[in-house]
Amino acid sequence: MHAHVPAPAATAGPSFRQRLALRGFDAVTFLVVPAAVFSLCLFVYPFAFGLILSFEPKNGGWLANYQRFFSDAYLYDTILNTLALAIPVTVLNLVLAVPVAFRVRLMRRQRLLTTILVLPITLGTVLVAEGLLNYLGPQGWFNRTLMTLGLISHPLRLVHNYWGVFASLLITGFPFTFLLTLSYVTGIDPALEQAGATLGANAWQRFRHIYLPLLMPGFAITFCLSFVQAFSVFPSAVLLGEPAGSTRVISIAAYQAAFEEYDYSMASAVAMIMGFVQLAIVVAVLAARGLFYRGPATGAKG
Amino acid sequence: MIRDTTWGAKLWATAVWVLVGFFVLNLFAMIATVVTSSFATRWLGTWLPVGWTTRWYASAWNEFQLGDILIVTFQVVGMVVLISGLLGVTAAYALARRDFPGKRLLVLLFLLPLLIPPITFGIPLATVLYQTGLAGTFWGVVAANLVPTVPFVILVMIPFIEQIDPKLEAAARVFGANTFKLFVHVLMPLLLPGILAALLLVLVRTIAMFELTFLVAGPTSQTLVVALYYAVFAAGVRAVQSIDAMAVIYMVTTLVWLIIALRFINPTQIVTRAKQQPAH
Amino acid sequence: MAIALSQFHEVRLNGVSRDFGALNALRDVNLTIQRGEFIALLGPSGCGKSTTLNCIAGLLPVTGGSIWLDKNRVDTLKPEERGFGMVFQNYALFPHLNVRQNIGFGLKMRGVARAEIERKVDEALNLVRLQGQGHKLPGQLSGGQQQRVAIARAIVIEPPLVLMDEPLSNLDAKLRLEMRAEIRRIHNELGATTIYVTHDQDEALSLADRIVVLRDGVVRQVGTPKELYEAPAHLDVADFMGFRNKLKGKAISSDRNRTVVEIEGARFSGVTGEPVSIGAPAYVAIRSDDLVVGEPGENALSVTVDTAEYRGREFVGTAHTASGLELVFRSPHALEPGAKAHLHVDEERALVFAEPV
Repeated sequence: MHAHVPAPAATAGPSFRQRLALRGFDAVTFLVVPAAVFSLCLFVYPFAFGLILSFEPKNGGWLANYQRFFSDAYLYDTILNTLALAIPVTVLNLVLAVPVAFRVRLMRRQRLLTTILVLPITLGTVLVAEGLLNYLGPQGWFNRTLMTLGLISHPLRLVHNYWGVFASLLITGFPFTFLLTLSYVTGIDPALEQAGATLGANAWQRFRHIYLPLLMPGFAITFCLSFVQAFSVFPSAVLLGEPAGSTRVISIAAYQAAFEEYDYSMASAVAMIMGFVQLAIVVAVLAARGLFYRGPATGAKG
Repeated sequence: MIRDTTWGAKLWATAVWVLVGFFVLNLFAMIATVVTSSFATRWLGTWLPVGWTTRWYASAWNEFQLGDILIVTFQVVGMVVLISGLLGVTAAYALARRDFPGKRLLVLLFLLPLLIPPITFGIPLATVLYQTGLAGTFWGVVAANLVPTVPFVILVMIPFIEQIDPKLEAAARVFGANTFKLFVHVLMPLLLPGILAALLLVLVRTIAMFELTFLVAGPTSQTLVVALYYAVFAAGVRAVQSIDAMAVIYMVTTLVWLIIALRFINPTQIVTRAKQQPAH
Repeated sequence: MAIALSQFHEVRLNGVSRDFGALNALRDVNLTIQRGEFIALLGPSGCGKSTTLNCIAGLLPVTGGSIWLDKNRVDTLKPEERGFGMVFQNYALFPHLNVRQNIGFGLKMRGVARAEIERKVDEALNLVRLQGQGHKLPGQLSGGQQQRVAIARAIVIEPPLVLMDEPLSNLDAKLRLEMRAEIRRIHNELGATTIYVTHDQDEALSLADRIVVLRDGVVRQVGTPKELYEAPAHLDVADFMGFRNKLKGKAISSDRNRTVVEIEGARFSGVTGEPVSIGAPAYVAIRSDDLVVGEPGENALSVTVDTAEYRGREFVGTAHTASGLELVFRSPHALEPGAKAHLHVDEERALVFAEPV
């Protein structure tokens, strides 16, 4: 008497579900769908919609919005105004962040300092603008202190002009730049610096030959992220600057087109131009970074 | 790290600390100015106000309808936190645990709202919301604020989830847990600190998020930061002290949540990096 | 200020101490190293061997004592001024520089002429047998190759002293043996004075001219491998040299080179370096090879067998005594777990030590 073994089911290979799973699709993967759908609807679609809308102006041919932008000095000057703010601020932030980050990485209790530095980010651009309006005003403590110390005889004009906005961008931008830089600096194996020292490199040489090449990619990314943030300056340019003059930034132009002229097509065009300029500069910086070393910042096999 | 102790090195170190000190000093002075002004009777042309009072707070509360605005703010922020938690944690889990074709593209898609500043995508977003009639409503504001927060939660949660050994989940299944039990008994307890951190960060960031709400809000759906902007914008009409009182109320709101959040998170996480972890 | 190889005679550590706050990582270390010697710093984790090396290199300042190169005091110099070559545990190769640039880095920092750098780098590559790999980046090399580059980088500057911090611990067993032979060969060819940190007894015994055993920041013994292996002067050293059995008992009698210790009622007689006070606690250290199954009596303990592992030529067994002492011993035959036996050691092979302070 032998046991009856049932014949195997039709040998059709793995089921459809199994084939999907082999390629990485199963119930868990589909957990990503809600967020993806959300992103598509509220991010990709508006962007695409805005792009197309920018080519459907109220009057004129499909390029009319862009032509109008680049023929009206009041409009295209905004790009220069914004760059004149964003680039110096970002460069200054980065230049200041590097030595501070190098010092702070030696500290054992960094938390207090990073907490204080995170305050401007938490408070936000509007509050910082209001604060600076008070503090940097002609009667504010800043000018008073400088006059008491005898450094100036009249109050400096620091509000409702370029400098107010500059200061505001510095205060809200530096913490961000600093924290990013700190994370890159601490990501470099300390043994590399020690090896350099035993080989005769002094502090400056260690920075120039070891740290700098390894930090370049990180600096490039930090620059890009900080620049993009600074370029989209809006509330401080209005509240603390001269929104009709030297600090008429491109976001103001976009806002006015949308909410004062009710010309959504033009507003989308300005937003596209804004995005494009940001992208161009980011691409330029990252292309330059490609000239430098790109790999991991440790000295041993992973 | 090698500590240089020559006097040249010490001079440099002092210079750096002076710089930091200058920054921090000005930051605190700026905040102090606002606080002092909010308690001043009159403050014009002197180091400190002529007298002190708290009436500006009551006046600002009424004038700017701060009670209503605070309620709206917390409703918006609460909803944003809830929805971005649900969408973000689930998506992060999928991205952390599975590799599939198109994953890189999807990750890029989620990265973009964090790299592109709010104004740039906010204008087209506002246009669409106006077309669909959602603009000016509570849900319009919530939707707009969700755009950067969902990716933020995903980005914060992915490393958290990757840290949990997948073998733990396998072990739970071997010992008989179905997906629900796995979730409740194994995953949630391990993920809770991470989720808490992420949501607190979303909360703090959304309270301060100006541009998106500004572009999309109507008169009844303004958050506190937007109301503050309008108050400062129309500064000629109102007393500075009243505006500063409102500013202080705003500051207290954000700082309270920051302090609560700091018990669970590291301050550097507010600025989540879009790139990889440092090699250590 | 690199001192030429031919000019110095000895390195001296005088009473070197290093504290980290309240923790004494190193206490009063005195050591003299002759030119050309290969010295191993041996000890368990936390014993201070890496700290000693870092102090010599200048990566850590000393909190007490001084370090001398002949008549020149070096502990007051910055690491970049000392001119010592160092090989790091994780190699610390500059990931953005290729092999040639890594090796030539020290020469470049000294302003050596380009042509000279190329020549010296070629020599170094030949010495470590990496000719033809010069253009590769560290990420493209295997662990063993990275190790060689690290060594080449340290020696190409012709330093008076080469410092090695557990250089082989990241390699797998087979590679470790190969590289050990390489290090010995390079040392023989160059004759550079080397200080080598390791926690591996075999490495120290096979590579070093003299070994310094450290424990808890204190030097326990300095001697040739043979001296340390056959006549450890301290219980910690014996522990490191493979005396797996350390039986605690009470000293009954002691003289210049014999001490009798009472352990669980049995009398053990063993060789001592220094007399132990009568009645004081004492340890009898026995190699597992020397502890064999035998008859009850002098120098024997009654035990219950726990396990017996087959090792090919014989069995290695573990056992415990009535009071819980654990023993490792050797047996030509298999033994049943739970069996009773008597373990015996020859008087000459047992070492007796006083309680370490």
